[in-house]
Amino acid sequence: MSIRARFRLPYPTFTLDVDLDLPGQGITALFGRSGSGKTTLLRCIAGLEKAAGGFVAVNGEIWQDGARRLPVHRRPLGYVFQEARLFPHLDVAANLDFGRRRIAEHQRRVSLERAVELLGIGHLLDRRCDRLSGGERQRVAIARALATSPRLLLMDEPLAALDHARKQEILPYLEQLRDEMEIPVLYVSHAPDEVARLADHIVVVDHGRAVTQGPLAEILARVDRPLRLGDDAGVVFSGMVVERDAEWHLARIVFAGGEVWVRDGGAAVGRRVRLRILARDVSIARSRHDDASIMNLLPATVVSHVTEDHPAVALLQLRVGDTPMLARLTRHSAARLELAPGQQVWAQIKAVALVG
Amino acid sequence: MLNPVDLAAVWLTLKLAGTATAVLLLLGTPLAWWLARTRHWAKGVIGALVTLPLVLPPTVLGFYLLVLMGPDGIFGRLLAAGGLQPLPFTFAGLVVASVIYSMPFVVQPLQQAFEAIGEQPLEAAATLRANPWDTFFAVVLPLARPGFMTAGILGFAHTVGEFGVVLMIGGNIPDKTQVLSMAIYNHVEALEYEAAHRLAAGMLAFSFTVLLLLNALKPERLR
Repeated sequence: MSIRARFRLPYPTFTLDVDLDLPGQGITALFGRSGSGKTTLLRCIAGLEKAAGGFVAVNGEIWQDGARRLPVHRRPLGYVFQEARLFPHLDVAANLDFGRRRIAEHQRRVSLERAVELLGIGHLLDRRCDRLSGGERQRVAIARALATSPRLLLMDEPLAALDHARKQEILPYLEQLRDEMEIPVLYVSHAPDEVARLADHIVVVDHGRAVTQGPLAEILARVDRPLRLGDDAGVVFSGMVVERDAEWHLARIVFAGGEVWVRDGGAAVGRRVRLRILARDVSIARSRHDDASIMNLLPATVVSHVTEDHPAVALLQLRVGDTPMLARLTRHSAARLELAPGQQVWAQIKAVALVG
Repeated sequence: MLNPVDLAAVWLTLKLAGTATAVLLLLGTPLAWWLARTRHWAKGVIGALVTLPLVLPPTVLGFYLLVLMGPDGIFGRLLAAGGLQPLPFTFAGLVVASVIYSMPFVVQPLQQAFEAIGEQPLEAAATLRANPWDTFFAVVLPLARPGFMTAGILGFAHTVGEFGVVLMIGGNIPDKTQVLSMAIYNHVEALEYEAAHRLAAGMLAFSFTVLLLLNALKPERLR
């Protein structure tokens, strides 16, 4: 089960040169700044770019190789564009049905009802497309793509054109899609928070090349900064809700290596959740300080540290049990604390975000 | 109201404009689609040829059509070789001439409508399993509908109003090639101003209605 894509194509500002072997399930983020070639890569996989040569195979089905190239409409894919691209002459229901009615009956694995329910758009069906909000349009576009029962869902920055509130409106639907549908997704994004929340796997694209790839948690915890996230550097890991404190509205989450208290987001005891801790929210102490406001204090081992983009700042890689963690501090502090690999310290965590 | 000859002229004009419009839309649609989408080097040449009747005096166009389609012209000989009679001074000849004469009025609105649709809906349709023909009928045609209405109305109206080309290629044969504009001309020549008035006023009202209709068809944002 894998998605293979190989391209070598010159473009005006970069040369697309990739040879990818991606997991055939879950969400894989194609991450990179604008102009890095990630959208072009997605379009090549879809067949939307006139890419001669190249190779694309999705879970064993060859879509394109040296000898032949399936046209876009013969590829069993779903594509969600940055702008929803709904057909303005059709209402929501007809838009949803556009792709579904064009596939053979025995290939319809996702029912229209399922797609409508998953994206929560049942109340919009007889609405005209120009009477939809930006968030609603994008949800209809996602449902429209799902209704074709795709073997691969390609999403090109589906949230980039939306404001913060609309993004928060759609993200839970995308999480549900990830958790409940067995459709592999390639998700192009330049937003670290989206990637941290949604992706299982990440490919970092720069100048048309895949500079790094791997499981999200592993890549985010690296300090050699292939991601160059700056303020957004931080780790993502999963844990389980084991207790909810009604008085203080906090939830206790256990993860491989310890436990943390977070704001109770409503997740039931026993639920698996994803946590994100930014490097800038972690400070380091040589001894345990119980007289500070910090609630989450975790014993950690220093793994390594490197200098950040600014010479004053260091990024420290820690290990809390089996879970890697990053901390950002000044190089001055690192020197004063005489931090060295193997040393035991306390990680003082100012903020933990539940990201789904 | 109208004498039988005038009535025949009106009927012939409507028949000619209707036939020509149908042929124009059939030929103009693929031509406009090609012009809207191609990057071929010949695009400029073909585009200029299609637009030529806009600037050419109708008599010049009619003259060359007469020469080409006459018994000694290239097309005339081809037709004769095929066992067909030459086109000048026939209804079919009028249709051919009208189609060429009104082509820019059909191709240009269509080309603009196709260009305005752009690549995006076509790509979206392709990712939803629609092949290119399917996309054309399910997405392009409905989205370009205002363009088709404009093209049809302009093509029809322009054919109704033609004079010079018809004069050159069709002559002035009552019931056969004598169209409205010709009938008006005949009445004026014979100093029958009242009869000329009836036809001319009808044309005026018709043209005004057409423009009113076109305006009503424009999408709201352009009004």
